[in-house]
Amino acid sequence: MELSETQLSEHFEATIARQGRIEPRDWMPEGYRKTMIRQIAQHAHSEIIGMQPEGNWITRAPSLRRKAILLAKVQDEAGHGMYLYAAAETLGADRADLTERLIDGRQKYSSIFNYPTLSYADVGVIGWLVDGAAICNQVPLCRSSYGPYARAMVRICKEESFHQRQGYELLLTMMRGSDAQKAMVQESVDRFWWPSLMMFGPPDAESPNTERSMAWGIKRNTNDDLRQRFVDMTVPQADRLGVTLPDDKLRWNEARGHYDFGEVDWTEFKTVVGGAGPCNADRIARRRAAHEAGSWVREAAMAHAGKH
Amino acid sequence: MPANTDWPLFEVFLRGKRGLNHVHVGSLHAADPEMALRHARDLYTRRNEAVSIWVVPAEAITASSPDEKDPFFAPAGDKVYRHPTFYQIPEDVPHI
Amino acid sequence: MSEQSEFDAYLSLSDVTEDDHRWAFGTGFADPLAGLGEAVPPDVDPAALADRCLALGDDALIYSHRLQQWVTRGPELEEETALANIALDLLGQARLLLARAAQAEGSVPGKGGRDEDRLAFFREEREFRNVRLVERADADFAELTARLLVFSAWRLAVFEGLTADPDPVLAAIAAKAVKELTYHRDYAAAWVIRLGDGTDYSHAKMQAALDALWPYAGELDLDATTAAYLDGVFAEATLTGPSASPLAPVAGKTGRDGTHTEAMGYILAELQSVARANPDATW
Repeated sequence: MELSETQLSEHFEATIARQGRIEPRDWMPEGYRKTMIRQIAQHAHSEIIGMQPEGNWITRAPSLRRKAILLAKVQDEAGHGMYLYAAAETLGADRADLTERLIDGRQKYSSIFNYPTLSYADVGVIGWLVDGAAICNQVPLCRSSYGPYARAMVRICKEESFHQRQGYELLLTMMRGSDAQKAMVQESVDRFWWPSLMMFGPPDAESPNTERSMAWGIKRNTNDDLRQRFVDMTVPQADRLGVTLPDDKLRWNEARGHYDFGEVDWTEFKTVVGGAGPCNADRIARRRAAHEAGSWVREAAMAHAGKH
Repeated sequence: MPANTDWPLFEVFLRGKRGLNHVHVGSLHAADPEMALRHARDLYTRRNEAVSIWVVPAEAITASSPDEKDPFFAPAGDKVYRHPTFYQIPEDVPHI
Repeated sequence: MSEQSEFDAYLSLSDVTEDDHRWAFGTGFADPLAGLGEAVPPDVDPAALADRCLALGDDALIYSHRLQQWVTRGPELEEETALANIALDLLGQARLLLARAAQAEGSVPGKGGRDEDRLAFFREEREFRNVRLVERADADFAELTARLLVFSAWRLAVFEGLTADPDPVLAAIAAKAVKELTYHRDYAAAWVIRLGDGTDYSHAKMQAALDALWPYAGELDLDATTAAYLDGVFAEATLTGPSASPLAPVAGKTGRDGTHTEAMGYILAELQSVARANPDATW
């Protein structure tokens, strides 16, 4: 029996309404498929590009244990990218095509990775703040309406809990160390705090797709909700570290039950998201170079497989 | 003719140390089955040798789903995903 | 589900479960030295043990460094994971071997007091005992896999012998390393074969890589079995077996004597830079 588009659509909406999962072979509106592909792909791109700022410090890590931890973390990120590309492919996307879209700028990645890592303390701060913000974004995605994405997120969240803890542990060690180490941590926090808040995207009032994405279970919380949650979780962690967050408007608001904080520089946000941040060109150039330099290798592997 | 640099998709199934059966965990790209097995070990088990791994070319899998409402559904079964090839997303679609 | 309980679900994700083999560092891996004490057995010469562990540890440390430099530059994402795995394995071997060298050194009268980090970050170039093979930068993926093949096959043979070493700690390190090195060797061999017997372009690249690498293999003293194994891989890869003479020593010295190539200074400058800038810091 052939079902009408109306019946298919009703079934889809009913699944969403009861918090069920949409699986690869289920009917779904084209808008849902395309939005999901884009969201998952950009998440995957973020993991892969994110390997660069952190990978920058592997060879210079100042102890062998820290070197091993960082190398394992960056390796995990490659894995997370692959889990996510695999989820996007269940929707009919092709990983090589998604890579092309990343390289030529049609798809984006998290803007935080357009900032440079300039000291070893950045490794800890990225683990603490950037992975912390990512976890805030990602835990709700474990309830994404799209099954393969939700399952990938559960796996990723588990691994990232180790990452954040290792980053924070490094900072605790440094903040109990030399004056130079403490200064290095504070200087790093001064550079990464505001960009971490920008990871949650523009304010709700300027996010046109939020309502539809939330209706479809693609997005579970608004940008501002998650940003507030991140601030509330992080301020006590900063206090425990003994670092100052670079926001003189940050204070506990008893009436709201949340921290008040200053206004994000949305001009900077737009500049970086728009492609003119400190590292955008370098990040893409590196990804493009690896992809192009690897072409003869990938081709040779296929040629060999074809002969045997 | 453009060079073939795109590695085909393999689905990965694992049976863990205390598991009773293989479970689908995801997919990856590889040029041949031996490479797929090795990559599956690297990606899905972090080299844990106690885990049993199956890799299967995605195109070899025939699938059906209980919730199938696809008007194009063929009762004899079809590919595990709706379409194994990628979708061309038109450039003029906003917000994509 | 309330917002807070959702994050509780997240927090429980970090509980140890069967799935913990996922995390590449820290959980789900058995300690290879469990149950072994630190003391050097009375019939083992501690200074000689320290030298042996240092040499093998330095090989792994420096080679891991070269592999780490491939992160974000691999030809495909799956290869990124594979190479990072190998780099992590070798780093792990380096840590265990340097720690053992430090322990053995510690039981020599008048010496000791160093640990793995002191050895890695605060020795001078001429105190490193790695073979020169591991110092080269890889020009491309063919050079990477060709060197990985030769290094892994050689090191595997060495460590297979060490599983019966009179020092129980070195023997335990060797037992773990044998499994890892077999994996590395097989990974590299598969790639040498794929590239040697792939396209005309990849064949030329792999032949050139092998020819450029071979003088450095001269320092390795390959046993007959390993040499035959390598010849087998080269043949299957449709490559011409390399024939270059060993790389000349400098004033009679090679890597094992502390005389390295020009690349070594740059490697150590990078590797040691942050540690040396903060010499008394804990990380």
